[in-house]
Amino acid sequence: MVDVNAWLNDLLAGNKIFTPATMAHYWEGLVTTTQLVFVSLIIGLVLAVPLAIMRSSKRKWISLPVYAYTYVFRGTPLLIQLYIIYYGVVFFDGIQESFLWPIFREAFYPALIAFTLNTAAYTTEIFRGAIKATSKGEIEAARAYGMSESLLMRRIVIPSAFRRALPAYGNEVIFMLHASAIASVVTLMDLTGAARYVYSRFYTPFEPFLFVALIYLCLTFAILFFFRFLEKRLLAHLPSQSA
Amino acid sequence: MLDLQGYGPRLIEGAGVTVQLAVLSLLLAVFLGLLTAIAKMSRHWFLHRIATLYTTVIRGVPDLVLMLLLFYGGQIGVNAISDMLYDHFDIDIYFSFDAFAAGVLTIGFIFGAYMGETFRGAFMAVDNGQIEAGKAYGMSSVLVFRRIRFPQMMRHALPGLSNNWMVLLKTTALVSVIGLTDMVRVAAEASRATHEPFVFLVPVAVAYLLIASVTEWIFAWLQKRYNVGYGE
Repeated sequence: MVDVNAWLNDLLAGNKIFTPATMAHYWEGLVTTTQLVFVSLIIGLVLAVPLAIMRSSKRKWISLPVYAYTYVFRGTPLLIQLYIIYYGVVFFDGIQESFLWPIFREAFYPALIAFTLNTAAYTTEIFRGAIKATSKGEIEAARAYGMSESLLMRRIVIPSAFRRALPAYGNEVIFMLHASAIASVVTLMDLTGAARYVYSRFYTPFEPFLFVALIYLCLTFAILFFFRFLEKRLLAHLPSQSA
Repeated sequence: MLDLQGYGPRLIEGAGVTVQLAVLSLLLAVFLGLLTAIAKMSRHWFLHRIATLYTTVIRGVPDLVLMLLLFYGGQIGVNAISDMLYDHFDIDIYFSFDAFAAGVLTIGFIFGAYMGETFRGAFMAVDNGQIEAGKAYGMSSVLVFRRIRFPQMMRHALPGLSNNWMVLLKTTALVSVIGLTDMVRVAAEASRATHEPFVFLVPVAVAYLLIASVTEWIFAWLQKRYNVGYGE
């Protein structure tokens, strides 16, 4: 460790902004951003699958409430949703006395809830589109085999819908990474928050913001290549895929 | 009914700022998008490279980071330019780079990249035979662009354009972070002052939905206009 520190000190000796102390801030920011994005995407995905099935139901009283939810969360800015949850969480009766308060007093969980609900809404619509696009022939064939509705969903519709949704979902992941930058608005030290902190200490806008922009760019490309790889693996059987 | 505790007029002013900002950035984005699409289709490798670099970098970085960079860095950049003008050409002018300018420039710049992709796809969807026919009539390439390529391109571009507009509208909320008093900032300030977040933030959310629905009608009307002669 001592060697690494000495090496870092040597490397960073030439400037005032990229010191070991600020690098630690950036690292902390990267960890927060990754946690926020990753956890909200996972929970959002888990929520979105049943919601998408409900959304594509023919019964209006099942599909309409889900539509109302996705309409509101896709039609309003994420920043507003974040503010409502961040400032509004206090108004749940008794939360300040409950054991949950230490958790909700921090900005992390309100941000996580806002991001999760937001990504779940977008993912629901992506999956609904994919479910709707299931070819009629496959469904008829499954029915002809005597499959029940739930078996048909599980074995035929959902697996192929997952594959069809993959490219659009990859975009949603990138969108979520970029949207997570607004966590810094509610005092969270994510990547953007770290850059804002460094800016406020040294009053040099270019180094901190360009540096985190570069990190975001690298993360975006990593996600892009990961989804390209997944698509190649999972969509290999489909024609008209560009190699 | 709804008691806005005297914040009503400021909220409406804020809504005005939001709409102005959104419309101005849309105009800038459409302009940059057209330039980008034309540059991407040009045979000139340098233009092509620049346009590709622009769309890749912009779409890979969060809008808030770009906005903060431009807002905090913009004045320094502008000052450097006016210093240079003074030193070399003896021209003494001062530009002030405020939050509104930073907002319009950033949002226009970001969505120019998205619009570029939309327009490029739409230009490529225009039938080549039509362009050749225009040339055969002796039209100059400018006239072919104005009378044949542009109107038909718009027909293909409108759905994407309308999508981009909806995202752009929501992105304008970010300007509240760099100190512009749009409706989100007024609502956030009011929430903190009165400790009643729902009273202010929920109506603002509804206002976004309203603006989105009104503009959806406009786009539907435009769609109809540009689809004349094609039918459903």
